[in-house]
Amino acid sequence: MKRHIKYQVDAQADWGAMVGEQPGCERLFSCIQCGTCSGTCPVSIYMDLSPRRIMALVREGFRDDALASKTIWLCASCYSCSVACPQKISVTDVMYALKREALSKGILPKDLAIPVLAQEFCSMVSKTGRNSEFWLVLRVALRTNPFALFTMLPVAWNLMRTGRLPLGREAIVRKWELPARAAAKGVR
Amino acid sequence: MANGEPSTATGYLYYPGCSLKGTGIAYEESLLTLFRLLELPVTELTDWNCCGATTYMSSDERDAQLLAARNLSLARQAGGADVLAPCNACYLTLRKCVDFCKKYKSVADDVHSYLEDAHLPTLQDVAIRHPLEVLYTDVGVERLRAGVVRKWPGGPVACYYGCQAVRPYTEVDRESNPMRMDEILNAVGVPTVPYALKTKCCGASHTGTIRDVGVRLSYILLREAARQQAKAVAVICPLCQFNLDLYQAEMRRSDPSLPELPIIYLTQILGWVLGGDPKDLGVQRCVSGANTVRQWFTSEKGAPVHV
Repeated sequence: MKRHIKYQVDAQADWGAMVGEQPGCERLFSCIQCGTCSGTCPVSIYMDLSPRRIMALVREGFRDDALASKTIWLCASCYSCSVACPQKISVTDVMYALKREALSKGILPKDLAIPVLAQEFCSMVSKTGRNSEFWLVLRVALRTNPFALFTMLPVAWNLMRTGRLPLGREAIVRKWELPARAAAKGVR
Repeated sequence: MANGEPSTATGYLYYPGCSLKGTGIAYEESLLTLFRLLELPVTELTDWNCCGATTYMSSDERDAQLLAARNLSLARQAGGADVLAPCNACYLTLRKCVDFCKKYKSVADDVHSYLEDAHLPTLQDVAIRHPLEVLYTDVGVERLRAGVVRKWPGGPVACYYGCQAVRPYTEVDRESNPMRMDEILNAVGVPTVPYALKTKCCGASHTGTIRDVGVRLSYILLREAARQQAKAVAVICPLCQFNLDLYQAEMRRSDPSLPELPIIYLTQILGWVLGGDPKDLGVQRCVSGANTVRQWFTSEKGAPVHV
């Protein structure tokens, strides 16, 4: 196993504190590094850094390592870690905070469709107020791996023949009430 | 409605979310049929929007909370009856908004000023309920037992609760080893098996983005159910149903010994034993084990069955 040494000068100590200020992340600094989060996580074996390591990196301010990890995107938000944590840290909310910063700074692991799904989902819902499942999957596939559409054909066919794949575009009626539109019109 | 006026609404305001109008339409059909059989009035929330879901929270926390808040505000506009959120992800997201508004002033302020800008009523106590919790608490196991008119012809069932219904902002059931679905099914004559993975993650949207990981998680759930001699899996979330149902064919390519397990909504089983029409319950929309499902759900309605 290769060992990576971390140097204090590469850390941004105040960054960890900034993460800890976000809603749901306030217990971050009470982490005792017990590893319960990694133990309960159903996807930790697929992660490049275990959830426990992410918690340690964030606390010390190793921003780039934390944000560039696949770990934060593999988190499926099942909240197992959050309810199991003996220190009552909502690890899931810390993962969300990291995902948001990675997306806004464009620090994304290569060849991973999960952040693309987040982008496309938000862009669709912020405009129409609803998610049209068929169009969402199509847009994500076209941006990441169009050939994946072939492997999806059997699933799509089974959905269609059982009447479970509407092809229309869903939207709410009063779109002006959506957060993006209301803010533009309002006083803020 | 003026501020502070208590709600006098009866029945439930149904919040479908995206899936129950699409891939999870059988959940909507069976839920509405079951509630009709139980004479519980249900009205769909007018002009509801996406709950904000897990994915939105990864990109914009503020807007995710505001999207959830608009639905809760609409519920108040509609009279303030309990909101019925059958999708586990919607259920969690709506409840998380309420929880965060109570805990964090910054979130409550954002929600307040957004609703003002959008000319929507401010939030008041609106209860967000999951069908499992409504069936267990409001209807009760005894009433369900008394209404049974068909004997369950199928084998034992593994009750799969999924992740977001039982943690962390929830009143559906306890977070470790929930038993309410098991209790309800046993009461109406459906045997259940012990199922240790009942709250383990199904892979959620990973089946669409990082397929190997997502399908593997679902496979483990099905393998365990099969090892416990379950002949079907009962679910209460459209995404769980989707993953376990639609990817079985793919799983069997790498493990041909995996038996075909029908993935059936709790509301479909209950609707059927209580006398609902199989078509109205959307049972023809099951993909895996479709023949088994057809067989089970065609036996005739008889005299009231004592179970």
